Amino acid sequence: MIPAAFEYHRPIDIGGAVSILAEHGDEARVLAGGHSLIPMMKLRMADVPHLVDLQDITALKGITIEDTRVTIGAMTTQHELITHDALFAAVPLLREAALQIADPQVRHMGTIGGNVANGDPGNDMPGVMQCLDATFTLEGPDGTRTVQARDFYEAAYLTDRDDAEILTQISLNATRGGYAYEKQKRKIGDYATAACAVLIEAENGVVSSAAISMTNLSDVPVFSETAAQALIGTSCEPAAVKSAVDAALTEIDPTEDNRGPVQFKRHVAGIIIARAIERAWARA
Amino acid sequence: MTKQILKMTVNGETHEVLAEPRELLVYVLREKIGMKGPHVGCETSHCGACTVEIDGKSVKSCTMFAAQAQGANITTIEGLGTPDGLHVLQTSFKEHHGLQCGYCTPGMITRAHRLLQENPNPTEEEVRFGIAGNICRCTGYQNIVKAILSAAAEINAAKEAAQ
Repeated sequence: MIPAAFEYHRPIDIGGAVSILAEHGDEARVLAGGHSLIPMMKLRMADVPHLVDLQDITALKGITIEDTRVTIGAMTTQHELITHDALFAAVPLLREAALQIADPQVRHMGTIGGNVANGDPGNDMPGVMQCLDATFTLEGPDGTRTVQARDFYEAAYLTDRDDAEILTQISLNATRGGYAYEKQKRKIGDYATAACAVLIEAENGVVSSAAISMTNLSDVPVFSETAAQALIGTSCEPAAVKSAVDAALTEIDPTEDNRGPVQFKRHVAGIIIARAIERAWARA
Repeated sequence: MTKQILKMTVNGETHEVLAEPRELLVYVLREKIGMKGPHVGCETSHCGACTVEIDGKSVKSCTMFAAQAQGANITTIEGLGTPDGLHVLQTSFKEHHGLQCGYCTPGMITRAHRLLQENPNPTEEEVRFGIAGNICRCTGYQNIVKAILSAAAEINAAKEAAQ
């Protein structure tokens, strides 16, 4: 499997990368960890005459935590997310989710920026970022702007990002309370048959705030406000979990593929959402 | 497209090769640098037979362009041990029957080597999770896991004895 020929660019700063993208338009793509893009290039499903490798751009690397605000450079690898203890203390959901992505070698290369910017419904971090209400920073020829993760995804592989823009960083608030990322997959390394991220804060024995989002159950990640609302004021007793699950299931739109027919995916989703809520509640 | 000169350190020696950007690292290592340890198994980043270590990371070299490794420090199975001086992991795989056909072994041992750098005293579960990116179709993994646990114990005992 040999990809089509391309020109390889390795800019040293964001401005340099953006100007290559602006010059070559949709003939150029950025390369982060490459574990989605390179397989597509090998299959010749992605045609990339100009490949822009971001690995030398130091401004895209690193994790900073100031008070309760967390900023993650787009080129931070899944492995770095997992092994960063201060990040685990601030946002434990990220380690739990990242550990369920692919395998050790892929996590050594795969980046958070690539995972959220690619727009693949199977990627785990888009749903996690919606649950966390993260903000994405995009830099392009017209400057820098931010967009909420909850507004970023339009359809499979289609996002609010313009071709000449680079997703440079992700920022989010530290979380309190319980968290869970529950994922059903056929085997290690697979994308989710169904996955669900949950955050729950409790006060006086009842849920005071909650966020619920789902992965690979539609062509975009699904953030369900109504499912979260169903938990508020409850102590996540079975009836409350069931109404949250029922609410979440009305918002998904899975399609049949080699992971199973629609009915099976809806069944798996129901179980996964309930487990995620129960685990997050137990930790709240 | 334009070939470029790539300079990389492989098993402690500096190599310069001429390669097109689209050439995958595993082929450059095997065919231009002569390191036949990294194997081409699935070529779809699933099987792990091509695993090498790059700047302290375990990487599937079929899913990286050689151009990305410009300036990198790479270790393949050839850099871990020699036929006359096997690495502890190699001896342990041999003793515990951790290989049959041997096709996955270079990737498996290279991955296990990095795993033990990151976690020198892993549990059985951590070993299994740590080699989840490497497929073996012969052994059923049991003896591979035993070999890695035994190598870890041996390395740790040697470290203690040295102190």
